[in-house]
Amino acid sequence: MKKIINNPENVVNEMLEGIVKAYPEYVKRVEGFDVLVRANLKEKVTLVSGGGSGHEPSHGGFVGEGMLDGAIAGEVFTSPTPDQVFEAIKAVDQGKGVLLVIKNYTGDVMNFEMAMELADAEGIKVESVVVNDDVAVENSTYTTGRRGIAGTIFVHKIAGAAAEKGLKLDEVKRIAEKVIKNVRSMGMALTPCTIPAVGKPGFELPEDEMEIGLGIHGEPGTHRDKIKNAREIVTHLMDKILADIQINENEEVVVLVNGLGGTPLMELYIANNEVDKILKEKGIKTYKTIVGNYMTSIEMAGFSISILKLDDELKELLDEKADTPAFKQI
Amino acid sequence: MITGELLVRVLKNIGIKMNENKQLLTELDAAIGDADHGINMNKGFAAVSKKLEEVKSDDCGEILKTTAMTLISTVGGASGPLYGTAFLKASIVAKGKIELDKKTIIKMFEEAIKGIVMRGKAQIGEKTMLDALIPAYEALKESIEQGDELSIAFNKATYAACEGVEKTKNIIATKGRASYLGERSIGHQDPGATSSYLMIKAIADTLI
Repeated sequence: MKKIINNPENVVNEMLEGIVKAYPEYVKRVEGFDVLVRANLKEKVTLVSGGGSGHEPSHGGFVGEGMLDGAIAGEVFTSPTPDQVFEAIKAVDQGKGVLLVIKNYTGDVMNFEMAMELADAEGIKVESVVVNDDVAVENSTYTTGRRGIAGTIFVHKIAGAAAEKGLKLDEVKRIAEKVIKNVRSMGMALTPCTIPAVGKPGFELPEDEMEIGLGIHGEPGTHRDKIKNAREIVTHLMDKILADIQINENEEVVVLVNGLGGTPLMELYIANNEVDKILKEKGIKTYKTIVGNYMTSIEMAGFSISILKLDDELKELLDEKADTPAFKQI
Repeated sequence: MITGELLVRVLKNIGIKMNENKQLLTELDAAIGDADHGINMNKGFAAVSKKLEEVKSDDCGEILKTTAMTLISTVGGASGPLYGTAFLKASIVAKGKIELDKKTIIKMFEEAIKGIVMRGKAQIGEKTMLDALIPAYEALKESIEQGDELSIAFNKATYAACEGVEKTKNIIATKGRASYLGERSIGHQDPGATSSYLMIKAIADTLI
């Protein structure tokens, strides 16, 4: 393992310290907890998200105006504990209610649910939504449903904008759910990643192979294949995504080509170029494109594509201002 | 009878078992999940062992409640809430008792399983910790009802848990992170069932 760390046990704590020192105008840490909250909380519905660490800039990077108000960092690839989530809820609550944005992983759902129970007991108004955008996973046979991956960024952005505009909790929740209903993602990887505390890669992948449809924790994907060129890879992912959601000609989408941490921007742009070609061929209009590392998997090489189908309401909220360390839009 | 002192020893031995098997659990998890089960279980029970030093009470309920809260606040992932809930439910049965008799132990086990079912919305046969715990519970109950000593009953439970773990290899996961793999989860034993088996084994080993 080659990593710039001190002690594997301290990676989360030291990372959070580093974030706060880089962005004191955006975030502050809740003392004694792995929780970052907005430095200038506003009286509005507040948004809390989080999950295991190792997905940076998710989630702390999206704390700021127009997106999240609080983010909880669990251990690497491990969902945060209920007490941490509860601290985040308490720290951001302005009396107007708190919306939890949860990605669909059993651990996340359970820990966030327990935190909701704690918050309910204290009389804090809390609602939650569960993001499940990953089409790699069948949702018909398996009751736990599909995973939540990079499409979550759109939920943060759009529901965050709704909250910033002063909408009520049930409205913000409705909008978050609308985003979830209209977003689909799928990813692939070229190399595994190493959890610092484990010290060796989570899986092995031969030099000439790639893993398709894997999750953001290095958990195995749907299948392996000989490595193909960018066009073939993107075509495969886009076929799966577009088979899962009806997008008609002339409808508008926003595209996110998300790096998993170990892939250069050059390759992400190449992938994006292919995404754009496919959308054009189908007559689907790209309203906006986002390329970069948003929901990573430590140093895994690979990427995911997320497509969000827009309507007027979502488009308007997408265009609202966002000012966070990792996502800025004027 | 299990006294508070013996119960603390059981819990500390679970910690030792988790530490010894940290690598195994992590490797099992890497095959079908995200490779953190061993790390988290070890971390959780190490914290439990440390925390139990501070518990001065002989009240078994108090000891188990401390264990539950420590697991919930240190383990994370799915195992934290599941094992935490299990110990919490068991602690309610043991509340106010300085000794646990056989009947209470069966009841604790039963409530613990109910807690896991409630929290995880899972049943037996879904490639989860329940596939080790439920056979273990049934073997324990049967053995005690036959008049066996607690140590023998837990040995039989360990054997049943071990068989349960073996069976998880042939199940397609529909719960937890392994469920995202579907058929690819076949052939791999469940890490949660394995940690449950290790827990039962630690109890049996302590009671000998």
